Amino acid sequence: MLRITDLAKYYDGQPVFSKMGLQLPEGSFQVLLGPSGCGKTTFFNTLTGVTSKDAGTISWQGKAVDHLGRLCAYMHQKDLLLPWFSLMDNALLPARTRGRNMAAARDRAGELFFRLGLKGYESHRPDQVSGGMRQRCALVRTLMFDRDLILLDEPLSALDAITRQRLQHLLLLLQTEFAKTILMITHDVDEALLLADDIFVLSPMPMGISRHIKLDLPKPRAFDDPHLLHTKADILAHLVKGEAA
Amino acid sequence: MTRTGMIALGLIGLILAGWEGAVKIWAVPVFILPPPSRILETAVVQAPQILPHAAVTGAEICLGIFLALVTAIPLAVAMFAKPMVEKALSPFLVASQAIPVFALAPLLVIWLGYGMASKVFMAWIIIFFPITVSLLQGLKSCDPEYRTLFTLMGASFFKTLTLLYWPWALPQFFAGLRVGVSVATIGAVIGEWVGAQQGLGFLMIQSNARLQTPLVFAAILWLAAMGLILWTLVGLLEKKIITWKS
Repeated sequence: MLRITDLAKYYDGQPVFSKMGLQLPEGSFQVLLGPSGCGKTTFFNTLTGVTSKDAGTISWQGKAVDHLGRLCAYMHQKDLLLPWFSLMDNALLPARTRGRNMAAARDRAGELFFRLGLKGYESHRPDQVSGGMRQRCALVRTLMFDRDLILLDEPLSALDAITRQRLQHLLLLLQTEFAKTILMITHDVDEALLLADDIFVLSPMPMGISRHIKLDLPKPRAFDDPHLLHTKADILAHLVKGEAA
Repeated sequence: MTRTGMIALGLIGLILAGWEGAVKIWAVPVFILPPPSRILETAVVQAPQILPHAAVTGAEICLGIFLALVTAIPLAVAMFAKPMVEKALSPFLVASQAIPVFALAPLLVIWLGYGMASKVFMAWIIIFFPITVSLLQGLKSCDPEYRTLFTLMGASFFKTLTLLYWPWALPQFFAGLRVGVSVATIGAVIGEWVGAQQGLGFLMIQSNARLQTPLVFAAILWLAAMGLILWTLVGLLEKKIITWKS
């Protein structure tokens, strides 16, 4: 269980968020849904220790930690692949930076390349493949962190609609096949509905959770599931109301 | 050849032809302004006399570049790694550029003698600055999101430097190196003007005093050729190393 209690971050005395609390059971897929610029990325940066928190506690598997920097893997909307390395070398970065057994890491990355449809592209450079393939490679790299907790920062928002749909299924594999605990932020309602066990709708300035929606539907889910459509309408109405307020 | 290349070549041809024609028409004495044909002839015919001097100047420049590289790279990395170091050293770096380096040339000859050392030193201080500054800027220009990624991967500073910062900074490093090698010739020649027993600068001063103007021009031609060769070599090296598109 990841437990975040009363997490707070201030800039110039103004709270970006002051009482953020979340509980993520192990193996769950949780989504923070909110408009751009509501403080989601600051929240992630605070969680990972990139910026220090001003108050609150974080605990993972019952142990209090200062931040999740060394406990989680991270995937960003930019693929953050290094242009001077091949896709394989990019995927091997987490192993290389931590001085792991490279032969074993290479085997594992090879399997993941196969699983995520990148087989045959190992020696390509990032500028030689499509945006979707780059993001798949970023996903392989995320798995190569070899950590149980994964933070996804709008991982698919830079992709076109069709590629995004395909990759949403792959993101689901993080939970169903690799048994990771996932916290994702997104502004895409459909994406949240397809993937989440719980959706936390965010309100801006200061950021807070204005609504918690539990989705007990089995996965993979269909876009046209009546229950999903109903929930979508509900969330959109809530977001619009929040904006008007 | 590209269109722009043709235009450039045509322009050079036009200037040289104008120069040649003007000197012939107005019968300008050779010791005042020799025609390009005479300069080229001198540069080729007197090559056995010029070459040893060119070799000395070339060696001075190459040593200067080498010294600049082995000092600028660690310094830029240190300033990047420790902002304290940058804060402490940057006033000195800026001040060193405020002093006209050429004004130091006579002093350098007093301190380091008439041999190669004073010229190598001149070349070094001139090249050192653009390399240091551009490399530092390149290292600093790294996208913070990549840094975050490396931090979360638990990468040490050294790993991050070799895998991320250094390749990231390479294009700017090469830009600085290009500037450096193109001004390096100036440093070496000024050093030779002030006091030397060999080198192209020495040859120029000697021939100038004897009104052997074509030889002065021929020395300049050789110097320019050396500068161009260095520039091209750096360009080729850059192409060989930076094979990716950012």
